[in-house]
Amino acid sequence: MCFEAKRLFRLALGPVLMLLSAATMAAGGEVSSFNMSPGVTAVGKEIYSLHMIIFWICTIIGVGVFGVMFYSIYAHRKSKGAVAATFHESTKVEIAWTIIPFFILIGMAFPATTTLLKIYDNDEADMDVVVTGFQWKWKYEYLNEEGENVSFFSNLRTAQDEIYNTTEKGEHYLLEVDEPLVLPVDTKVRFLVTGNDVIHSWWVPELAVKKDAVPGFINEAWTRTTVEGIYRGQCAELCGKEHGFMPIVVNVVSKEEYAQWLAEKQGEAAQIKDLMAQTFSMDELMERGKATYERSCLACHGASGEGGVGTAIAGSAVATGELAGHLNIGINGVPGTAMQAFGSQLNDVDMAAVITYQRNAFGNNMGDMVQPIDVFNHKKG
Amino acid sequence: MGDHHHGPAKGIGRWLFTTNHKDIGTMYLWFSFAMFIMGGFFAMVIRAELFQPGMQLVEPAFFNQMTTLHGLVMVFGAIMPSFVGLANWMIPMMIGAPDMALPRMNNWSFWILPPTFLLLASTLFMEGGAPAFGWTFYAPLSTTYAPPSVTFFIFSVHVLGLSSIMGSINIIATVMNMRAPGMTYMKMPLFVWTWLITAFLLVAVMPVLAGAVTMMLMDIHFGTSFFSAAGGGDPVLFQHVFWFFGHPEVYIIILPAFGVVSQIIPAFSRKPLFGYDSMVYATASIAFLSFIVWAHHMYTVGMPVAGELFFMYATMLIAVPTGVKVFNWISTMWRGSLSFETPMLFSLGFLVLFTIGGFTGLMLSIAPADFQYHDSYFVVAHFHYVMVAGAVFSMTAAVYYWLPKWCGKMYNEAMGKTHFWISFVGFNLAFFPQHFVGLAGMPRRIPDYALQFADFNMMSSIGAFIYGASQIMFLYNVIATIVSGKPTSEEKVWDGAEGLEWTIPTPAPYHTFETPPKIDSAHAHS
Ligand code: HEC
Ligand code: HEM
Ligand SMILES: [Cu+2]
Ligand SMILES: [Cu+2]
Repeated sequence: MCFEAKRLFRLALGPVLMLLSAATMAAGGEVSSFNMSPGVTAVGKEIYSLHMIIFWICTIIGVGVFGVMFYSIYAHRKSKGAVAATFHESTKVEIAWTIIPFFILIGMAFPATTTLLKIYDNDEADMDVVVTGFQWKWKYEYLNEEGENVSFFSNLRTAQDEIYNTTEKGEHYLLEVDEPLVLPVDTKVRFLVTGNDVIHSWWVPELAVKKDAVPGFINEAWTRTTVEGIYRGQCAELCGKEHGFMPIVVNVVSKEEYAQWLAEKQGEAAQIKDLMAQTFSMDELMERGKATYERSCLACHGASGEGGVGTAIAGSAVATGELAGHLNIGINGVPGTAMQAFGSQLNDVDMAAVITYQRNAFGNNMGDMVQPIDVFNHKKG
Repeated sequence: MGDHHHGPAKGIGRWLFTTNHKDIGTMYLWFSFAMFIMGGFFAMVIRAELFQPGMQLVEPAFFNQMTTLHGLVMVFGAIMPSFVGLANWMIPMMIGAPDMALPRMNNWSFWILPPTFLLLASTLFMEGGAPAFGWTFYAPLSTTYAPPSVTFFIFSVHVLGLSSIMGSINIIATVMNMRAPGMTYMKMPLFVWTWLITAFLLVAVMPVLAGAVTMMLMDIHFGTSFFSAAGGGDPVLFQHVFWFFGHPEVYIIILPAFGVVSQIIPAFSRKPLFGYDSMVYATASIAFLSFIVWAHHMYTVGMPVAGELFFMYATMLIAVPTGVKVFNWISTMWRGSLSFETPMLFSLGFLVLFTIGGFTGLMLSIAPADFQYHDSYFVVAHFHYVMVAGAVFSMTAAVYYWLPKWCGKMYNEAMGKTHFWISFVGFNLAFFPQHFVGLAGMPRRIPDYALQFADFNMMSSIGAFIYGASQIMFLYNVIATIVSGKPTSEEKVWDGAEGLEWTIPTPAPYHTFETPPKIDSAHAHS
């Protein structure tokens, strides 16, 4: 209780703290719980100081305006015997209070314009990343690199149990993903932002990027990474049911680490390409399927296929029924439910493996297998 | 002509077939209050879910239906009709007219509203649920990806637009043709002025909204691709069309509120409005500017930088006439003889909180900073300061101010003041912290949030419950006044009030100004 009270007290002081901490914040770059974050980029810091300048101008004007008003409320009250004056209209005063604000606005417009022009300076980026908003996840695709284009989906990692309050919420509740966007430090990165279905908006406050992901359009935005670290953001445009559940995590690492990560990713991609052509044994499929299941399906279908947000897989009519139907749900999902179309998220090898796994684990024991080529053919129709 | 001297008809027929501006005004006011309660109930569901992190009460899909219906019902059901009701009651009485110019259309423009909102509310029970795409209904979420109930939503918006257009044509016709002899334009009370300008805004932009929803309808049912990129259309076009309506719409909401406050502050300052002429010109310039700033809602949508700059400069300009208004109200109070009855309290609450909303508006107009503010809770805080503390506070002030004139009975002043203070505290507790969470990075329209936003959200929910509950006191006070308030027959209920409505008997008779009054004093306006 005492703790609660203290916390509320601290909160009540929020506005005061906001003013006091303004200076330290600009230098530090830590994330505030009640003010804009200056973030880690030059543009972000500029936006932040613009924000603080306008805030202060408004505060000073506000103090003036409210000061006059409260003085009047205090001094000119009828109960104190105030007698109303009869003056009204004064061209001089009225011109003054039109012209002076106008000049203040012009003063604000200068820094605002320069900062805006910087935000729009998309040229000469060191690397390009295509960011695509999906209902309800992000897809990242690295362009301009030698070798294979690397691309992957980034999903919410927070477990349904945390969201539905059956276990403790983790530190990065709702702001954690299975696979973050990895970027090298000291690099100008251009984001090519688009949407797959509806409009989303890619927002990472500390990188000072917010850009709408509009289907059919490619918007440009950029940032220059300066400090290694993990930066978190969220989708900022209402995009349907799970709009609150498609976070963004950007991991800025050293150039060496990035190169290593990229090579690994490219290796994986090449490997998958090889694997696509192969035929797997039951054991291989089951092993890979288990891993895929735990990564992509467990959150809704449960560790032993008992169900949860999703239906039970153990003994399910689909998983113990015709193979094509099962594969179809895996690839195309069930429209209008939480069961998404995983066909665009999992590669054909993982899809083959996870369907095989669902048909043979949890006591389903169907004994049949799906090979990558089956997935490929199913997708082709 | 003969039945003019009779009282109102008896029974339900009085209300169904009435062409009397006071009856219609009354129905508008009660209807909008009912919608205020309904929209408020949706808001309570939203705040209850957001009380703590995690999903507790509703599912995300239903949460989105709540935010959507809350916004639609509050804007189109509560705020707009309430000011139309006020216009119906007051404009004829303020300009010395016997009634509105087009009384039968007046009846229609009201009676199509209740079924429309019934239809809109019924979408909650339809397959796929109610609209869940936000009150701004951006395509393609509201077209290709919408629930089937979207068609009913489109129909509702059409009818609401029809009602608004009929209402505004009526107001324009009344003000232009029915002023008493000698009531020149520059003698009209400011409430009439602001409504005249609002009515022109409505006539100009409601058809644009109708166009937007018609294009949606075509996309959904007739295979066109106005807003679908796959078919060669443009989702961003939707936003341009919507905000070409939407920004003037926010001024449609606030201008009549300016008018109300411009009546009440002089009355309780016992001093004429400082600069009547400049208030009229400021209102007109705001109305003009409101047509050329719409894309400030779309800074992040990917506009060319030249467009971005144009909309930023134009938006910043709005602060000038808005400032003129605020300065005028304050100089009206300056060296007045102030008293603080409930209408004045709500007007002062309006003045302080609307000014704060104006400041955040100015901050939002700065395009580079808006890249961080946009679609965060900072925007939610901004528009609740202007719409709730602006429009709703001023509407509340209006009810307390004119209620004694309407029903010849005095409301309970102590309860009124209590209502103000609880509302004021509750409102600020609910919406001030939203500035902080917004700046700290909390997006709007999410049913669940990261842990660092928890404390402020809890405060916000508590404030919202307090504000919501205080409206019950308002309802009680109004009903108690009508039923058993202390009778008053003074023509001028408030000693400082000016204007023709205070020259007629109290309670206002069913028919007023059947013979036009003589406008003698230069102070016909307040
Ligand atoms: C976000 C939650 C979620 C995730 C993650 C998820 N599912 Fe589902 N799944 C559902 C829901 C909900 C249903 C029930 C759909 C319905 O109402 O028909 C379902 C149904 C199914 C069914 C049909 C079961 C039956 O008996 O009807 C299959 C098969 C299935 N999912 C496979 C998968 C696979 C494979 C994965 C992982 C690659 C996966 N799901 C991940 C939510 C999920
Ligand atoms: C000084 C005057 C004002 C300025 C400069 C201003 C500016 C802005 C800006 C730039 C935005 C967009 C913010 C964003 O989405 O990123 C905005 C949003 C909004 N404003 Fe204002 N505003 C002003 C007054 C008002 C008034 C008087 C009202 C209504 C009574 C209003 C209602 C709204 C609403 C409803 C939104 C949010 C719409 C939405 O996205 O749902 N504003 N304002
Ligand atoms: Cu979203
Ligand atoms: Cu606007």
